[in-house]
Amino acid sequence: MVRITEEPIDLTAAVNEVSHAGAGAVVTFLGVVRDHSAGRAVEYLQYEAYVPMAERELAKIADEARARWGARVAVVHRIGRVAAGEASVAIAVATPHRAEAFDACRFVIDTLKQTVPIWKREFGPDGSTWL
Amino acid sequence: MRITVRLFASLREAAGRSQLEMDVAPGATLASVGAAVTRVLGLDPRLLDGARPAVNLEYAGYDDVLREGDEVAFIPPVAGG
Repeated sequence: MVRITEEPIDLTAAVNEVSHAGAGAVVTFLGVVRDHSAGRAVEYLQYEAYVPMAERELAKIADEARARWGARVAVVHRIGRVAAGEASVAIAVATPHRAEAFDACRFVIDTLKQTVPIWKREFGPDGSTWL
Repeated sequence: MRITVRLFASLREAAGRSQLEMDVAPGATLASVGAAVTRVLGLDPRLLDGARPAVNLEYAGYDDVLREGDEVAFIPPVAGG
C-alpha cells in the first residue's frame, strides 16, 4: 500500500499493513526533517506532490520490490508542512528473511528519491529555498 | 486540441499558477508545448532545462506527440523523502 497524506506519519499502521505470518523480518525506515541543511538552520519543510503521479510511481516501486525480493511494502509520504524532527516519509518492508527486507527497503527509499514527483521547500530563520 | 498543463514547485512559483489549459495544434510535441508555456507565462526558459516532461501521469520524452485531452506536466528535479 502506498499513500500520500497530510497527516502525521503512523509507522505502526505501515508495519501492520505489511506484516504477515510468513514474514520473519519487518524493516522500517523513517525519513526525518533535519534541523540543519548545508549550514542553514531549518525550521520546517513544505512538501508538495503531483499526487496521482506520485502514487503511481510509488506503486511501481513497491511492485518492483515485490518482484525482486518477495517483499510486501508500505510507503507513506507526507505533504504540507513538516517540522524539523518530524517524519516526512515512512517505509515498512516485510520478507521471510532479513537480508531481503534490508535490501528492499534501501531500494525503495533510494528509488523514491530519484523518481517520485514530490518536492520540498526549506524554511529557516533567513528565508526559504527549494531543495 | 485542448490539453491541460500542470505546474509544480519552482515552476508553479515562477508562473504564479499551478495549472493552465491550452489549445495546441495536432502533432504538437512536448517540446513545443514547453516552449509555448514558457512564452505564454513569461518564464525564464532555463526553468524548464532540468524538468522532465510527463503525460497522463507517466514520464515522457520531449519528442512525444500529444493528443486531445492529455494532461501534461513539467516535473522539476524531484526532492521527495
